[in-house]
Amino acid sequence: MSFLAYGVAGWLFLVGLYGIVTSRNLIHLVVCLTVVQASTYVLLLAIGFRDGATAPIYADIPTSRPVVDPVVATLTLTDVVVEATVAALLLSLAVQAHRRFGTLDPDELGALRG
Amino acid sequence: MTRRFRMVVFGLGAAGLAGLLAWGFAGLPSFGSFDGAYGQLLAHLTVPERHATSAVSVSTFDFRGVDTLGEEFILFTAAIGVLVLLRGQRAGETVAAEPIRQREPAAESKTLRSVGTALAAPVLVLGIYVVAHGHLTPGGGFQGGVILMTAFLLVYLAGTHLDLRRATPLGAMEAAEGTGAAGFALIGLGGIVLAGAFLENFIGFGTVGNLVSGGVIPLLNISVGLEVMGAVLVIVGELLDQRFLVRRGDR
Amino acid sequence: MTAVQAVALVVVALAGTAVALTRDPARQALVAGIFGFSLAILFLAFQAPDVALSQIVVGAVALPAMIIYAYRKVQRREEVERGQR
Repeated sequence: MSFLAYGVAGWLFLVGLYGIVTSRNLIHLVVCLTVVQASTYVLLLAIGFRDGATAPIYADIPTSRPVVDPVVATLTLTDVVVEATVAALLLSLAVQAHRRFGTLDPDELGALRG
Repeated sequence: MTRRFRMVVFGLGAAGLAGLLAWGFAGLPSFGSFDGAYGQLLAHLTVPERHATSAVSVSTFDFRGVDTLGEEFILFTAAIGVLVLLRGQRAGETVAAEPIRQREPAAESKTLRSVGTALAAPVLVLGIYVVAHGHLTPGGGFQGGVILMTAFLLVYLAGTHLDLRRATPLGAMEAAEGTGAAGFALIGLGGIVLAGAFLENFIGFGTVGNLVSGGVIPLLNISVGLEVMGAVLVIVGELLDQRFLVRRGDR
Repeated sequence: MTAVQAVALVVVALAGTAVALTRDPARQALVAGIFGFSLAILFLAFQAPDVALSQIVVGAVALPAMIIYAYRKVQRREEVERGQR
C-alpha cells in the first residue's frame, strides 16, 4: 500500500514524459511538462508524511503534537509558484516560435530553418 | 530521427527508467514512517525561538531563507524572460494586437462583468490578509501574491482598465516586482549590517500569535507578495498584449 | 494510508493521464485546471495546507489562464495570416 504514493509519482513522471515525446503542439508540450513537475511535488510530500501527524501549524495545537515534515512543504510551496512562471516563459517561447516558423508542431520546426 | 524511431527509443528509455524508479522507491522508508530529524527539529524550534506559529513559513523565510531568495530570483528572471521575448516582438509586429474598443467593455457576458466587479475588492482584501498572516496560518507571500494578482485580473475581466492617476499601471507593476525582489535581498543585507549574518533576524520577535511577531518574517512575506504579484501580472499583461495595463488616454 | 489519500492519489494519476492525452490546448487548459484541483486535494490529504493553497491559486487559476492567453495569441496570428493570404 505504501507503494501507491511513490508509484503515482513515478507514473505521473512517465506519463508526462510520454506526452512530451509524442506531442504535436508546443503548447500541449508545456502543459505536459507541468504534469512532470507535479510528480516531484507528490513524491516530496509523500516522503515527508508521518502517520497520525497533522499539519505543522501550531496556531491551535500544543507544540508536543507530532507534525509532518515542514521542510518538504517549504520546498514544494515555493516550487509550485516558481515552476508556473517558468511554464509561462516556455509558453512565450512557443508563441515566439510560432511567429518565427508559422507552426506549433515540434516536428516541423527544424525543417523550416534556413 | 523519424517518429517511429523516436517512439522506440522512448519506449526502451521509459522501461529502463521505470525499473530504476521502482528499485529506488523500494529503498525509501515506507509511507508514513519518515523520521527525518532535521524537519522535526525545525518544527520544535518554531514557537519557542521565532515566536511564530506556522512552521512552514518559518522554514521558508527564516531557517531556509537563502533557498527562498534563490527561488524568488528564478521567478524574477522568468518574468524578465517573458518581457524580453514578447515585448521585443511587439516592435517589429506585423500582426496588430486586438484593438481596444474604447466605448464597449472588453467582456461581453453580463454575468462575467458583474461577478468580476463584485469580487475584485474582496479578493484584494483576501490577498492582503493571506500575505499579512503568513507566519501565523497557512499562507504567506507566494500564495497571497497570486491572490492579489487575481484581484487585478478581475478588474480586467470586468471589462474596464486600471486607472492610476499618474503612473501607468504597467510601470507600477514592474516597480512592484522590482521592489519585492530588491526588498528581500536588502532585508538580508540588513541582517549582515545589524545582526552579523545574511538574513539573520534583526527585529524583536514579539508575542506568539500577534500579527506583528516572528521578527523579519512579515516583512519578507510582504516583499515576496509584492514580487509575485508584480511578476505574474507582468507576464499575464504581456500575454494579453498589455491590453489591460494601458492607460486609458494612450490609444 | 487513509482512504482519502488513496482515492486522491488514484484521481491524480487519472487526471494526469488525461492531461497528457488531451491534444487540443484549449481543452487541455480545462483538464489542467481539474488536475490542479485534484492535486490540491491530495496535498490537503497529506496534511500540507500551505502547499494546497499554493497549488489552488496557481494550478487552477493562473496556469490555465496563461495557457489560454498564449493559445489565443497564436490563434490570432493564424487568423490574420489566413486573412491576408
